[in-house]
Amino acid sequence: MSDLAAKRFPRPTGLRLLDWGLGAWTALVFLFLYGPIAVLIGYSFNTSKLNVVWEAFTFRWYGELMRNEPILRTLGNSLVIAAAATVLAVVIGTTGAWLLHRFRYRGARAIQTLICVPMIMPEIVMGVSLLILFRVASLELGFASVILAHTTFCFPFVLVAVQARLQGLDPALEEAALDLGATPLRAFWLVIVPCLRPAVISGALMAFTLSMDELIISFFTVSPASRTLPLQVFGMAKVGLNPMLNALSAIFVVTTVAFVLFTEHLKRLAAR
Amino acid sequence: MSDPEFMIDVRAVTKRFGDFTAVNDITLGVRAGEFITLLGPSGCGKTTLLRMLSGFETPDEGSIRIEGNDVTRLAPYRRNVNQVFQSYALFPHLSVRDNIAFGLRMQKVGDEETRRRVAEVVDLVALGGFEDRMPHQLSGGQRQRVALARAIVPKPAVLLLDEPLSALDAKLRRQMQVELKRLQKRLGMTFVFVTHDQEEALTMSDRVAVMNRGRVEQLGTATEIYHRPASGFVADFIGESNSLPAELLAREDAAVRVRLQGGLELRVPRAAWPADATRALVSVRPEKVCVSKRPIEGAENGFQAVIAEEIFQGALDHLVLRTDAGTVLSAVVANESAIMEALHEGDRVWCGLHFDDLVILPALA
Repeated sequence: MSDLAAKRFPRPTGLRLLDWGLGAWTALVFLFLYGPIAVLIGYSFNTSKLNVVWEAFTFRWYGELMRNEPILRTLGNSLVIAAAATVLAVVIGTTGAWLLHRFRYRGARAIQTLICVPMIMPEIVMGVSLLILFRVASLELGFASVILAHTTFCFPFVLVAVQARLQGLDPALEEAALDLGATPLRAFWLVIVPCLRPAVISGALMAFTLSMDELIISFFTVSPASRTLPLQVFGMAKVGLNPMLNALSAIFVVTTVAFVLFTEHLKRLAAR
Repeated sequence: MSDPEFMIDVRAVTKRFGDFTAVNDITLGVRAGEFITLLGPSGCGKTTLLRMLSGFETPDEGSIRIEGNDVTRLAPYRRNVNQVFQSYALFPHLSVRDNIAFGLRMQKVGDEETRRRVAEVVDLVALGGFEDRMPHQLSGGQRQRVALARAIVPKPAVLLLDEPLSALDAKLRRQMQVELKRLQKRLGMTFVFVTHDQEEALTMSDRVAVMNRGRVEQLGTATEIYHRPASGFVADFIGESNSLPAELLAREDAAVRVRLQGGLELRVPRAAWPADATRALVSVRPEKVCVSKRPIEGAENGFQAVIAEEIFQGALDHLVLRTDAGTVLSAVVANESAIMEALHEGDRVWCGLHFDDLVILPALA
């Protein structure tokens, strides 16, 4: 259709120049966004220690990375913390979304707003306030403190994702389950939860990713033993750039992209 | 006290939502094996009444008994009642088979029996071959059948149907009406059907409860409701009707003379006219107005009119008549070629009204 229209009514030269201009602009924006990442990944295979000169191709930095004890240890910490924070965020976020959706409260709107605040609160504020809280509660800094801290900013993401799904859900589904003899608890578990699964998974992936690369809040709430990978990288970068960090970043980029694509795929499944 | 005659016994039930009284002091008995329809415009309380039978709403006053047991405050999952939802509410993550088996699983019916009963009901609603499909892979009509199968497989005492056909196109809807009625007879199950579609109600029901503003205006068979409406609302809501305010002029031996709004004078049976009233509503169905080019014999009322408008409706021809006295009446005549050649817009015609076809209703307050 549009091809035919284009042939019969050629666009004026001015408009075609505009098309060119817009195309070039879009290319520039993408170059700006992804150029540095491409360079970073490229130099992770460079034999030179300097990020400015290309010498030859090597896997050396990936190898060194695998033998770097602090990086491996803090990576382990980060994975444990992210996994634990995700589980907590999923439980709190899902039940919270269900309770907010299913029952009418006084001040439900206020609760809703308050829940979303940690999503936009400056991390430095969150970090300091959590540190003070843990001091007051005399909770020693360690794994528990970081996990709790991460849960506080992760669960709203799960809650919001689940809530969006709940709003699109037919309220008669729960009633149909009750009508067929399911108790409210079984109706929730057998009907509501399966319907929410795509939203829960995409919320969980979001929470996991956020926790994995969180830096500032972790800075205030870790102990030396529960140090996370981003903190380790930050510490190493302060002393000087190292191609090992390029290799690490490359791995992170690829994993994150895979996560994001998977999440989007789930969202599309859920929208069906 | 429960009346053993009734499968469902609704006594003086009232339900309010804030200031709004959705159901106002309704008493209703439904016999076992009966197909009863709650019919009314939206907001008349029919769905609220249904939801109190299924247990999703609790009455503020009154009591509900099903099979002789008081269920007024019983949770929906403890009632021997199943519902077909307007949206069908099929579980999207379960196959047709698992959707249908859901109720049996909740009752902890054994695998072997579940398989047998699901197969039986799949046969009954003609869904063979679709057992492994997911709900989103089905057409509207098929989803409707799954919803139906899922609700009848636990063999409830009462099946509640909340406008289950409203999402289907006209042709499929008519086909499903016939199938539903046939299924109900075959199962001998008590059906409570909610609809705002009067044609649907008249086609399927043993009895119809016409509801308006939270009350049952009339409870009766389709013919009773159509031919002997108990109120102006029922007369207007069911089918077409000429319902006109009338004023008493004189009493005669067997009849009273009245003047209709617009000026037309009629004689109506004296027995039908409310004893002390000077005003009432006279209602007549359009198809009961006799129209002819020649004077009509045998009708108690005869008068002349002009055809003001003619609307062709296929098998029927709809006429708007302006009587010489000034009253406007609508009439429907069968579209037979012999008559059609004779009747046209602007023609003068003779009209006749028989005593039996005049329904006298109390005047609106």
